[in-house]
Amino acid sequence: MILSPAARWTLRTAAGLVLAFIYVPLLLVLLNSFSTSVTFAWPPPGYTLRWWQAAASNEGVRTAVVTSVQVALAATAIAVVLGTLASMALVRYTFFGREAVSLLVLLPIALPGIVTGIALNTLFTQALGGLTFFTLVAGHATFCIVIVVNNASARLRRMSGTPEEASTDLGAGPWTTWRLVTFPALRGALVAGALLAFALSFDEIIVTTFTAGPGLQTLPLWIFQNLFRPNQSPVVNVAAVVLVAASVVPVYLANRLSGGSAGATTK
Amino acid sequence: MAVATKHPLQSVLHRRPGLRLTGLLAPALAWLGLFYVVPLAFLLATAFFDTDSFTGRIIYTFTTDTVVEVLTDPGYLLTALRTVGVAAGVTLLCVVLAVPLASYMALVARPRSRAVLVALVVTPLWASYLVKVYAWRILLAPEGPLGGLSPGYGWLAVIVTLTYLWLPYMVLPVYAGIDAMRGSFLEAAADLGARPWTAFRTVVAPMLAPAVAAGSVFTFSLSLGDYITVQLVGGTNQMLGNIVYTNFSTDLPFAAAVALLPLIAMAAYLVTIRRTGALEQL
Amino acid sequence: MRTAMRSIALVGAVGLALAGCGGGTTAAPGAAAPQGTAYAGPVGKGEGKLSVLAWPGYAEDGSTDPKIDWVTPFEQQTGCQVSVKTFATSAEAVQLFSTGEYDVVSASGDASLRLVYGDRVQPVNTALVPNYADIFPDLKDKPWNSVGGKEYGIPHGRGANLLLYNLAENPTPPTSWSAMWDANSPEKGKISPYDDAIYIADAAVYLMATQPDLAIKNPYALDQKQFDAAIGLLKQQKPLVNEYWGDYIKQSQGLTSGAVAQGQGWQLTANLANTDGQKVGTAKPKEGATGWSDTWMVKKDTPNVNCSYLWLNHVVSPQVNAQIAEYFGEAPANQKSCALTTNKDHCTQYHAAETSFWTDVYYWTTPTETCLDGRTDTKCVAYDEWVKAWSQLRSA
Repeated sequence: MILSPAARWTLRTAAGLVLAFIYVPLLLVLLNSFSTSVTFAWPPPGYTLRWWQAAASNEGVRTAVVTSVQVALAATAIAVVLGTLASMALVRYTFFGREAVSLLVLLPIALPGIVTGIALNTLFTQALGGLTFFTLVAGHATFCIVIVVNNASARLRRMSGTPEEASTDLGAGPWTTWRLVTFPALRGALVAGALLAFALSFDEIIVTTFTAGPGLQTLPLWIFQNLFRPNQSPVVNVAAVVLVAASVVPVYLANRLSGGSAGATTK
Repeated sequence: MAVATKHPLQSVLHRRPGLRLTGLLAPALAWLGLFYVVPLAFLLATAFFDTDSFTGRIIYTFTTDTVVEVLTDPGYLLTALRTVGVAAGVTLLCVVLAVPLASYMALVARPRSRAVLVALVVTPLWASYLVKVYAWRILLAPEGPLGGLSPGYGWLAVIVTLTYLWLPYMVLPVYAGIDAMRGSFLEAAADLGARPWTAFRTVVAPMLAPAVAAGSVFTFSLSLGDYITVQLVGGTNQMLGNIVYTNFSTDLPFAAAVALLPLIAMAAYLVTIRRTGALEQL
Repeated sequence: MRTAMRSIALVGAVGLALAGCGGGTTAAPGAAAPQGTAYAGPVGKGEGKLSVLAWPGYAEDGSTDPKIDWVTPFEQQTGCQVSVKTFATSAEAVQLFSTGEYDVVSASGDASLRLVYGDRVQPVNTALVPNYADIFPDLKDKPWNSVGGKEYGIPHGRGANLLLYNLAENPTPPTSWSAMWDANSPEKGKISPYDDAIYIADAAVYLMATQPDLAIKNPYALDQKQFDAAIGLLKQQKPLVNEYWGDYIKQSQGLTSGAVAQGQGWQLTANLANTDGQKVGTAKPKEGATGWSDTWMVKKDTPNVNCSYLWLNHVVSPQVNAQIAEYFGEAPANQKSCALTTNKDHCTQYHAAETSFWTDVYYWTTPTETCLDGRTDTKCVAYDEWVKAWSQLRSA
């Protein structure tokens, strides 16, 4: 589309402002990771590398990050599989109870995390034998499904069923159609959904409190507790900075692998 | 047909759409059924029971007192209204911020920059909820960096902070939506003589509706259940999640009854966006 | 939409049916404490594992800071492998402990009795905990850690909920809570109370001094009339409040910057706020104050009972109790710990050995229907009503 220079300038400025809105608080976090204040006082009374040193020797945060990544990967994988299947059903078929299924898929996120947390906790401890790594993954996957469903559904709705019909007319079975027609077009939306689901799981704290067994600690739990530990709170700023910096590359790569447009049609 | 002989399973699935549908739905439904519906039903059902006043153990005699109490108390209904208001405000603000950014990313940015921009939008999600909210707490402090310009702690602060947290969930779907329109529709509109703003208003905006609706489902629902942000930047205010969090241990039926409110709000919201046809438009 | 509503109704009906079918036990409201028996002992070899549920900072295993570790030595000495889970509030603690996944818990006074009456914990045989003998006498056999003559846990430490004040805003140190409660307070909009239902007791403490005709003897034993008066006072306070604090970082930020002129909080909050210069002072006003003393409790019928008792003894041993008290910021429970703290002024600052300081400190105790002050002619308001009333107050 040819936009006038004025329009381009406006969009560029607006985008710049929004990006500034997104990154100024993160810069503040970076600044505070060097502040000598243990209570996030402003302005920083002084600067120090102390928290960075403490973070380097802090074994708890490393274990927590690894656990979080493992849980998030597993939960995202389950969510992508189940969510893609469900979104195909919801968009391409009409059936009794379709509205109800939509609402059902959405509930884990719609209700306060504590409701989901207590419900799952009761289920796992009363009926399924206790809290383990798997119960944590199960809890996370449950609310990650909706993210994949939403992204995939939005994409599927934009794609008319015509290419799929054409493929079937030409003799391809359902799996072949999926593999050669639907999935490539859906790929971007799935990557976007997977990214968001991973992020949501990685950062989730409330359901995690109630579904993580003794000894299992994810990063948000670690951060939460460190805010309660005296003289340790600024270390969480360090953790946040490192994570943001470390995540740029994988996210960029994931996006490139998906075809570059997080859900657009391939041209 | 070639399909029938080479791939018997595929041919069966091809001929029976009902079987395909079941195959697609069953895994997700089984999972959600076991891990969500059953425990949730259990939990919400406790709203109809009473509780031992002290130990918190539930007494299984059916009563609607708790639910009635929650639905008729003006304080709780007011909190519910405020919570829904916050969720709506967050959604609106997210749309206002996301559309220009997504438009830039899809229409103006060089193709190579797009992947970088997507990465830039998504990476703040890794900075941890609590860290980001504390950063906003400092930003909005009356004695903080913004000084007198800051609105201080309160509902506006809550809306801005929640918007900040959920913005990526709105930007990505909207970006994908605009990107999908790039070329054909917009070119056609321009060819037919529409100026960019008219093209936007009559062509782009309606077609963005599904994408915005998709994003809004997250921003609305994640805000409905939140209770941590309001504690840190909301001053003395409370949202529904706080009431559930405070009471779940001593009075689970009461907390469950209060939890019915966001459930109703979410159902109403979904109905609304379906009614506007936003989800069906292509 | 109709199908959606029908499905929801169906789910609800299924749930009701399922829930009615059983699961969970019933208990008569306000019942007497369950008859449990303590472990007879002797404490033998550890069973090999122990699951601990604790406040953050109470059970450090070196993962935060390699130098802060009293779990690893315990594991080496006893062979009990420890896994620690922390919680954010007493309500969470009760909920988590009720799942039965943990062997020991550090319960605050607003949780301990709920665990006792909820039949989640067993009485503790203090003879099997050698270090119990050195615990300050005024922490033993108190209403929040013993019921019916039986001890239900070992005291961990204690702290008072003091009046914290910004030095610049209060040139003369305050001696009364009045600025936090009076409708015409000079500090309107700059008050920071604790954000928990147990804070109602602080209102009761103030009423004990200012409205003696209410005849409140124990701020945790409030009959309906006294309770309503306390709620009334809290409603009067609400317009004065800057923020209710749930985590002390929030409060110390406010105190340091001057946004909060006075608040109810902990000594450790003041210490934290003063790390960059003396900005905050503490005082125990003349009306008295509330306080807390956490108790280590043992799960009923735990298979790891030896490890549990070994842990209890370890945590209140002089050296470890000193370490915890200094790290967390509270007064130790063991008398011998005061000589072992790195900061020699620690016990003085926290008034650990000053028995007279604690005479007008009303420790957190879970309010029960049976009045804790011994009254039998009336019923008192139980904790769940406290929590509901607090929710209502905060929602208004």
